[in-house]
Amino acid sequence: MKIEVLLFASLRDRAGSLSVAVDLSSPQTVAALRETIASDHPALAPGLAASRIAVDSEFRDDDYTIPAGAEVAVIPPVSGG
Amino acid sequence: MTADNAIQIELTKTPITSDPLAARVADSGAGATVSFLGTVRDEHHGRAVDRLEYDAYGSMAQSEMRKIAETIRERWSVKRVVMVHRLGMLEIGEVSIGIALSLPHRVEAFDALRYAIDTFKETVPIWKREYFRDGESIWVEGS
Repeated sequence: MKIEVLLFASLRDRAGSLSVAVDLSSPQTVAALRETIASDHPALAPGLAASRIAVDSEFRDDDYTIPAGAEVAVIPPVSGG
Repeated sequence: MTADNAIQIELTKTPITSDPLAARVADSGAGATVSFLGTVRDEHHGRAVDRLEYDAYGSMAQSEMRKIAETIRERWSVKRVVMVHRLGMLEIGEVSIGIALSLPHRVEAFDALRYAIDTFKETVPIWKREYFRDGESIWVEGS
């Protein structure tokens, strides 16, 4: 399953783009997504560990299964307010 | 920081004007209105800041803001709430966030407001970039 993962803040700068494409094989969980991003895009690995993953605008834990067609984003610790 | 108007105390017979944000939550059932404005400060840990930039994951930010608003309306008897966050480049002193809410009694007002701003800073996907006077700029992650 190919997923276009949205990036923000420092991760966007590290990647040099607004998103990265990953090809996620089974299991299609948040944990697997993290591993795939980190191995395909090593520059993102440090920031990724501290970030949460959002699937269709909801924070999801590592065991969550990502449905096909979902909007996926890496959410670094936020600093609004 | 001028000390000339650091304390301003008045008794008046003319109507007291509320700020525009507070006016948006006016409600005949409300006995209290509280508001919070976050403003851009000129330093961060002693380092001079020239300006800030805010970026958001817009669709998710709005859904998280709505969750906060719904929670305070359920948990405290909040009548109306407005929550606004600025995006883009901000100068020193400009307002980055404004929250105002109205409810029947003042005691609950501060609790609801405190919950709203504290939760906002934990859950709403918005990030600030600080532009320092020395020319460096960094994304702030975590508060």
